[in-house]
Amino acid sequence: MEMTGGQILMQALVDEAVDVIFGFPGGAVIEVYDELVKTDIEHILVRHEQGAVHAADGYARASGKVGVCLVTSGPGATNTVTGIASAHSDSIPLVVITGQVPTQLIGNDAFQEVDIVGITRPCTKHNYLINDVADIGKVIREAFYLARTGRPGPVLVDIPKNLVSAKTKYKPVTQVHMKSYNPTYSPNMKQLKKVAKLVKEARKPVIFAGGGIILSGASEVLTAFARKTHIPVTASLMGLGGFPGSDPLWLGMIGMHGTYRANMSASFCDLMIGIGVRFDDRVTGKTDAFAEQAEIVHIDIDPTSIRKNIAVNIPIVGDCKQSLASLNELVADQDSDTLLNRKKEWLDQIDEWKKTNPLAYDQKDIIKPQFVVEKLFELTKGEAIVTTEVGQNQMWAAQYYHFDRPNNFITSGGLGCMGFGLPAAIGAQIAKPDRTVVDIAGDGSIQMNIQEMATAVQYKLPVKIVILNNGFLGMVRQWQELFYGKRYAATCMDCAPDFVKLAEAYGAVGLRAKKPTEVEQVLSEGLATPGPVIMDFAVEPEEGVYPMVPAGAPITEMLLV
Amino acid sequence: MNAEKHILTMLVDNQPGVLSRVVGLFSGRGYNIESLCVAPTIDPLVSRITLVTNANLPAIEQIEKQLRKLINVIKLRDLSGKEAVRREMALICVKAKPENRAEILRIVDIFRCKVVDIGLEHYIIEVSGDMDKLDALINLLKPMGIKKIARTGAVALFREPN
Ligand SMILES: Cc1ncc(C[n+]2csc(CCOP(=O)(O)OP(=O)(O)O)c2C)c(N)n1
Repeated sequence: MEMTGGQILMQALVDEAVDVIFGFPGGAVIEVYDELVKTDIEHILVRHEQGAVHAADGYARASGKVGVCLVTSGPGATNTVTGIASAHSDSIPLVVITGQVPTQLIGNDAFQEVDIVGITRPCTKHNYLINDVADIGKVIREAFYLARTGRPGPVLVDIPKNLVSAKTKYKPVTQVHMKSYNPTYSPNMKQLKKVAKLVKEARKPVIFAGGGIILSGASEVLTAFARKTHIPVTASLMGLGGFPGSDPLWLGMIGMHGTYRANMSASFCDLMIGIGVRFDDRVTGKTDAFAEQAEIVHIDIDPTSIRKNIAVNIPIVGDCKQSLASLNELVADQDSDTLLNRKKEWLDQIDEWKKTNPLAYDQKDIIKPQFVVEKLFELTKGEAIVTTEVGQNQMWAAQYYHFDRPNNFITSGGLGCMGFGLPAAIGAQIAKPDRTVVDIAGDGSIQMNIQEMATAVQYKLPVKIVILNNGFLGMVRQWQELFYGKRYAATCMDCAPDFVKLAEAYGAVGLRAKKPTEVEQVLSEGLATPGPVIMDFAVEPEEGVYPMVPAGAPITEMLLV
Repeated sequence: MNAEKHILTMLVDNQPGVLSRVVGLFSGRGYNIESLCVAPTIDPLVSRITLVTNANLPAIEQIEKQLRKLINVIKLRDLSGKEAVRREMALICVKAKPENRAEILRIVDIFRCKVVDIGLEHYIIEVSGDMDKLDALINLLKPMGIKKIARTGAVALFREPN
């Protein structure tokens, strides 16, 4: 059967069970849009292409599916770069389809031509420029396959305009065969047996869980493993929710703004089992001092993650879920009580650390941002999907909203990209229409993609935005306060919009709390109000996030409140 | 840890942009490429890239893993050890003053290389061999004055087991 490139593209998307695309049109994709409206695929018209990619990212994380974007050539394509880089850092499966100028114009500096494949080469898992209409079906198949398998990531497909209307014989592509791509899912059993032995002998073990736990759906097997072996668990920012935040074995987040007990445990353990992590510098601090006395086990599906930042004793390449399932079998015959007895002193020590230095703040007459997050946690019973912007708001969300389940915390971890939270909330809300979705925001970051309020209103998406409004680019201000002699260079935002009026201008609802006594009222009202709501909390301007490990210091060197 | 020379050879998809992925990985991560050589194999869909880099042990491990991770890299091998044959070719344009001409030809003879172009004032010498041989020849010719030099960079193949 003869089909146009556009029809083949739609067929390929339908074959991949795509039900929603986040996008923004333009000349180079006008024919693609003309085909898209003929399908059942829903299209969400964002207000900026960066928003489309973050929304697809939020959608992918909340749904477990591949997020899909469609944008035009040139500026449409370049506007996606930040979103793609963020998804790349966090290993989020996306397929980003960009229009390109017609094949015969490529290389001529044509109107709205950019080499987007060249630009995104280092921040995609892989990318394609299609040269022949006959390749469209195969490339789309490969793109989805690459995006979701192995270590997931964003894949960009650039399609010249003329190929969309070109015709070719349609051959369905059923199987993907790529001779050079073969991710290792099954762990090496010999190595795992060594781990089981270490687990038996260890007196001071710690599990360090990362985003890989969530991506591979390993939360349950991880929880079973930790409970059976009585090993306490900490996690990176990306790993939050991978292990229940209410479990007695939970240590809290590790790293620069980790809890005292998590950082101490990681530093004094005799066995560290890192799973689905990459030992990022925000986690390790000074690498030489990190888990100095421990045997380190590192399980990850990406071989390049292993021994990149720190030396490990037992490297294991494999899928987190499969590896933990096998480990559970290997420790099945170990006696749980004996394991517990060996760790008695260690667990007591951890309790002691928890008692001496818990997360804390002092709520007096000005609203503390931590208080807002704690109240939000209570009022939503810990059941909300929380997205964040970047900075202090993100860290307070991580510290004070305790996630019991995976896929409920959606944040730009690796790239730390301001402007992520609102579009990501939109994507998450589309994936989970019945859930409460909250963007915990700073007054700086929210302005970076505030235009997506219009998207939320247009599609009646009831996302709730909690602005911890401190009048500062707070996290940078905190660094200036602590390390740059309180010289607040370019971090005080003297002019800010009235967020309540702004919400109203978009056709949404705006609420404000100025006093601690108003916090609960505003949150309850905001959460109960249908449709998108902005809640603006006037918080303590110079509150800091603690503990804090200065960049490059050992993580035992925490500045406390 | 000391940096050592490594010869990496890879089979890659013969497609536009593949070389740029390989090279971009080096520039993006701050690794250095000493020489680079690319040409198709007998399978027109596959090219061979041979690349020489200087790196210490953890770095070379990371480089190799990153290269293997590229979707278009089909196979990669480190051919720095004994089990490989390594060769490089160079064209050397050396000043050939009358008093040096005999000496140059004698060196050419000893090194079993060829003069491929003769002028009033120069010879162009073609030499191939392992990198040490090329370096030795270049050192001997230097005093006569080397005008230009073009080296191909190393290529290497794994020795088939007997
Ligand atoms: C796109 C982008 N630009 C700059 C930064 C650097 N940065 C990190 S945190 C931060 C301050 C964020 O301020 P705000 O959103 O008000 O949040 P707060 O820290 O006050 O909670 C800045 C500027 C960044 N992470 N992302």
